[in-house]
Amino acid sequence: MKKVINDPGDFIRESLAGLTRAHADLLRMSPDPLFIYRADAPVQGKTAIVSGGGSGHEPLHAGYVGAGMLDAACPGEVFTSPTPDQMLEAARRVNGGSGVLFIVKNYSGDIMNFEMAAELASAEGIPVASVIIDDDVAVRNSLYTQGRRGVGTTVAAEKICGAAAERGLPLSDLAELCRRVSSAGRSIGVALSSCTVPAAGEPTFILGEEEMEFGIGIHGEPGRERIKLKKADEITELMAEAIIEDPEYRRTLQEWDNETAAPRERETSDPPFAKGDSVLLFVNGMGGTPLSELYIVYRKAAEVAEKHGLRILRSLVGNYITSLEMQGFSLTLLRMDEQSLSLWDAPVLTPALRWGR
Amino acid sequence: MAETVRKEQVVRWLRAAAESMREQKQLLTRLDKAIGDGDHGINMDRGFGKVLEQLDGAADLAGVLKTAAMALISSVGGASGPLYGTFFLRASAAAAGKEELSASDLHTLMEAGLEGVCQRGKAHAGDKTMIDALLPAVQAFGRALAEAEDLSSALAGAVEAARRGAETTIPLIARKGRASYLGERSVGHQDPGATSSYLLLKALQDSLV
Repeated sequence: MKKVINDPGDFIRESLAGLTRAHADLLRMSPDPLFIYRADAPVQGKTAIVSGGGSGHEPLHAGYVGAGMLDAACPGEVFTSPTPDQMLEAARRVNGGSGVLFIVKNYSGDIMNFEMAAELASAEGIPVASVIIDDDVAVRNSLYTQGRRGVGTTVAAEKICGAAAERGLPLSDLAELCRRVSSAGRSIGVALSSCTVPAAGEPTFILGEEEMEFGIGIHGEPGRERIKLKKADEITELMAEAIIEDPEYRRTLQEWDNETAAPRERETSDPPFAKGDSVLLFVNGMGGTPLSELYIVYRKAAEVAEKHGLRILRSLVGNYITSLEMQGFSLTLLRMDEQSLSLWDAPVLTPALRWGR
Repeated sequence: MAETVRKEQVVRWLRAAAESMREQKQLLTRLDKAIGDGDHGINMDRGFGKVLEQLDGAADLAGVLKTAAMALISSVGGASGPLYGTFFLRASAAAAGKEELSASDLHTLMEAGLEGVCQRGKAHAGDKTMIDALLPAVQAFGRALAEAEDLSSALAGAVEAARRGAETTIPLIARKGRASYLGERSVGHQDPGATSSYLLLKALQDSLV
């Protein structure tokens, strides 16, 4: 293992200390329990947004803390969910009197830890709602699995909801908006190489020189199949079509409801893409694939999307939700309406995403 | 073996569990690497290390269990943190106010812990999870007590049931957690969570001898 680290045990703290120092105008760090929060928190009267998850996906989530996006991010160990004491203290710190939205990616650990945190925060009288993001079409059904994983759509949901919170959307409406964004997004990823968790010291899995994993998860979870390495255009076409041709997806999610202060099961379905849909096209690097290659992918993905009658209104290309140094990328298509488009364009000022004013 | 369990023995159990998680760290991590993300051993070792650091502050038997729960909840992460944390939290509630636990109290406490795990994780027997080790163990323990076996032999039966339960996860298809994404590819591997559950019960048996 070759990595630019000191003691593997200090990996996350040292990285976050650097992030907070580099962006001292935007961020503060709570060392124990560990979380990153907006320098101007709590913002009075604004619904606060807290997200979090395992580390190793940088800039997600700490890199999205700031005006127009997250109020706090709770980082876990690498690829391991953070713990309820982190989310609880973060919720206390950023609650500006209007409650807190938890944006949770669909992994069993994240779900359980955020649910415990919601229970604890609610018991203290902090209004909390949670929304689960599950957009990875590599997972075909939810009947015999944990369901679709939360990947690229999470970045868009944090951006769009962050902007809506700045405009004063109350907690219940913000949660509803977040659910609509989640339902409008679909993603799929591929890996050309594995990644190495610093504390583990060895690659999470092994891929041969001529192999790739189609449908990889952001923690190196296997996808639909292991296939022979293909050219960029072939890979991109397979991925774009897996998303565009994905049928309606139904599942039941259990989220924290702020009105009853209890978990609530929600049956929901995502409609498939249709000709004429306006979309955001997001090409995301996994950490070890250069931008030049991501743009090769973008070019082909845009061609395939247009061939299927989709109108690409916005684009995002770069490393936004990564898996350490994994070679590979993911595609996300997000159906956009006037509201989400306007919220996407709204100003944002975070370490990793910043535009407008 | 005495027929009751006192606070000191619960402390000894947790120490033995911490030692076992440390010794078996590589095994758990290797099992997790096959069907998960390869960190179960690291997380369990870290979590039980934290439990040891905080044990001294606990006032009574239920307090020891609660301290373990909170330490695990705040340091393990993943799904194992809330699941084992919930196990000890419910066990603590079942032990509230007790100076010592009879074999039947111990059974009640394990049942409460198991029920908590089932609620939190929403998994069922056969899903290739911790429950596949815990459920047969708690059932075997209950059956042995009903047949008037002593604590020592009832516990031995429970541990054996947990060991076999963990082994029976090998041919199963995972239906919960990260391993579920593997589908058929999860067949042929023993579940790391079921394995750490077996280790936890084995530590209880070892610490009472």
